[in-house]
Amino acid sequence: MKRLKDVKGTTKVDFATYLGVTIAFLIVYALQLDGRLTNSVESWLVPICCFIVMAVSLNLVVGISGELSLGHAGFMSVGAFSGITAAMSLSSAIPLAPVRLVVGIVVGALCAAVAGVVVGVPVLRLRGDYLAIVTLAFGQIIKDLINCLLVGYDSKGLHIIFNVSGLRSISDLHMDDTGVAIIKGAQGATGVTKLASFPAGYILVMVTLVVVLHIIRSRTGRAIMSIRDNRIAAESVGINVTKYKMIAFVTSAALAGAAGALYGLNYGGLVSSRFDFNTSILVLVYVVLGGLGNIWGSVIGATVLYILPEALRDFADYRMLVYAIVLILVMIATNNPTIKTLFGKLTALVKRRGSAAAAKGGAQ
Amino acid sequence: MKKYLALLLALAMVFALAACGGDNAEPPATDAPEGDATVTDAPVAENTEAGVFKIGGIGPLTGDAAIYGTAAMNGAQIAVDEINALGGIQFEFQAQDDVSVAETSVNAYNTLKDWGMQALIGPVTTGPAISVSAEAYNDRIFALTPSASSADVTADKDNMFQMCFTDPNQGVSAADYMAENMPDVKIAIIYRNDDAYSQGIRDTFVSEAESKGLSVVYEGTFTQDTQTDFSVQVAAAQAAGADMVFLPIYYTPASVILTQANAIGYAPTFFGVDGMDGILTVEGFDTSLAEGVMLLTPFSATLSDELTVNFVTEYESRHGETPNQFAADGYDCVYAIYNAIQAGNITPDMSTADICDALIDTFTSDSFSVSGLTGQGMTWGSNGEVSKAPMAFVIQDGVYVLP
Repeated sequence: MKRLKDVKGTTKVDFATYLGVTIAFLIVYALQLDGRLTNSVESWLVPICCFIVMAVSLNLVVGISGELSLGHAGFMSVGAFSGITAAMSLSSAIPLAPVRLVVGIVVGALCAAVAGVVVGVPVLRLRGDYLAIVTLAFGQIIKDLINCLLVGYDSKGLHIIFNVSGLRSISDLHMDDTGVAIIKGAQGATGVTKLASFPAGYILVMVTLVVVLHIIRSRTGRAIMSIRDNRIAAESVGINVTKYKMIAFVTSAALAGAAGALYGLNYGGLVSSRFDFNTSILVLVYVVLGGLGNIWGSVIGATVLYILPEALRDFADYRMLVYAIVLILVMIATNNPTIKTLFGKLTALVKRRGSAAAAKGGAQ
Repeated sequence: MKKYLALLLALAMVFALAACGGDNAEPPATDAPEGDATVTDAPVAENTEAGVFKIGGIGPLTGDAAIYGTAAMNGAQIAVDEINALGGIQFEFQAQDDVSVAETSVNAYNTLKDWGMQALIGPVTTGPAISVSAEAYNDRIFALTPSASSADVTADKDNMFQMCFTDPNQGVSAADYMAENMPDVKIAIIYRNDDAYSQGIRDTFVSEAESKGLSVVYEGTFTQDTQTDFSVQVAAAQAAGADMVFLPIYYTPASVILTQANAIGYAPTFFGVDGMDGILTVEGFDTSLAEGVMLLTPFSATLSDELTVNFVTEYESRHGETPNQFAADGYDCVYAIYNAIQAGNITPDMSTADICDALIDTFTSDSFSVSGLTGQGMTWGSNGEVSKAPMAFVIQDGVYVLP
């Protein structure tokens, strides 16, 4: 009992987050195995996991490091297409599907991390809102680059050409009879074997939570947050500003790439326009409504806001209008002083009870 | 106090909209015997007594591509109502929105599966159709798409069929038509290279044109973000001396190209494919510029056969606009399934997988053919592609006429 009392508040919150996600997973997974979930709910599970990872990783940049990134979907795109390429071209080398999924996710994360370094190295040295502008452009560039990309695989290996002029097609890859086209420019990736599963999504969410929460609670995290709060003060005590910003940014990009790979391997086909500016903003909305810097808030925000437009299908044509109104209501409600004080009182009550119980426990 | 008032008003609005939405969701299907209360867990057995087939539809009902989805679903609804009025086999039809996004489309598909869908009409657009067809293949649900034209939609899936021409088919048809009727033209192509549809037609057109000895003198590209100005491409086509401009694109950018070509006094023959259908309905576009434009399209609302006239009249009275080819495709899809159900003696109490297998057998059998709005004697191969004769139209005096 005494031990529990000594544990720091933040650590308690972290463990509550892990526990909450695990319990939610176990309940939903048990229901799924039991066949009690409707088909539509089942089809939400993997994308929800992907968007939780997206939201949590973006929170590391926006909430913890205090930089605005508007191109998070671009990293997801890099991860998705590189993950698909890896998983599909290795289909004969690695027959075991879960292993191929893991390889795809790792490749996706690595490629997105490289993209993160490329974007981050010049931009994170600057002050001000440059990261927002550059990531915004990055998202668009990635979309157009993938539209030019032709990738195929045959017995001789991987064939890649870059169709900048727009005049070449998949036949220009000169593949032999065993050739399979993986990415066909604007037509996107087609014929993808579905490898993703809900348990894989859960594992990825847990890995993301562990990585992000460990960074935040460590010396690195404190350095990152000190830069956010006061850059000059942080520099004056010898913190390497660019290095710590890079750590946050590249980690976030890598996790987004992993989420993208999982997402890409969950559908039979994927086009690059799926990862446009709107998707980046959508993830940003998950983070902002969940609470900046609040990790479990991002988890809940992503889950609720993903389900919401699907649950509103009964509204037919007015679905997205109602979704927007609900978003506005959430914003008004969470900023309402009456509700805020109510929440404050509640948490105070819980804390008082908790400490009273702990005191009792300590006395025994 | 004001804040609460605002909240209250917002809430009132939400519920008012909810009411509208509810009315709109399933218009004339209310006389079907099953209520909508058991939407999620209605077992397939429940609708066997009534003998109703549950047909699902997926297409973009909102968002950028909404005109295609709504047209196809409206056309399908008209066919369903006609069939239900005949007596005999009864259909219940539900359309779900996918905003033309693959992920949302899969969600829409699963929502329909929960509803008890026995056959699918859709998805309307290509990207979503590729993802949904993979799911439908695993679940053994028969699917017939009105307008997803990529060959990837049906590739390696025996239960996925198309009502429209495939992109390769359109490119080949266009090149063959030119080779036959005007072998000496110099062709310029302007196409959108970030669009699967446009790129797909262009690729096959170019390879077929090469083998037929047609000369392509210029190729210009554009993307979604640059489709408001074509002065560069149009001037380059003129400079290259092209007397035929092939436009495998949708009608909105095509209308801009026609206007800008006219502005610089460039008057080649413009040749479009089915995406060109609708050019006469563009707001603010001088339709006299479209005179002489040639297009390959399976459907024209101005044809005077009885089937087309009846359909156009019904569609106009319901929706107040002239139906496009997507509406006709949706209409034909329902009738194709209806005919196949009759020909294959399929009953609603069969399991979805059995219905799927029976429909596949019927669709691919030699004796099965459908005559509808978009073609006479349409037949399907085992690869799911339709075979029907393409029709080339010329625009004259604001209507499509056969050349």
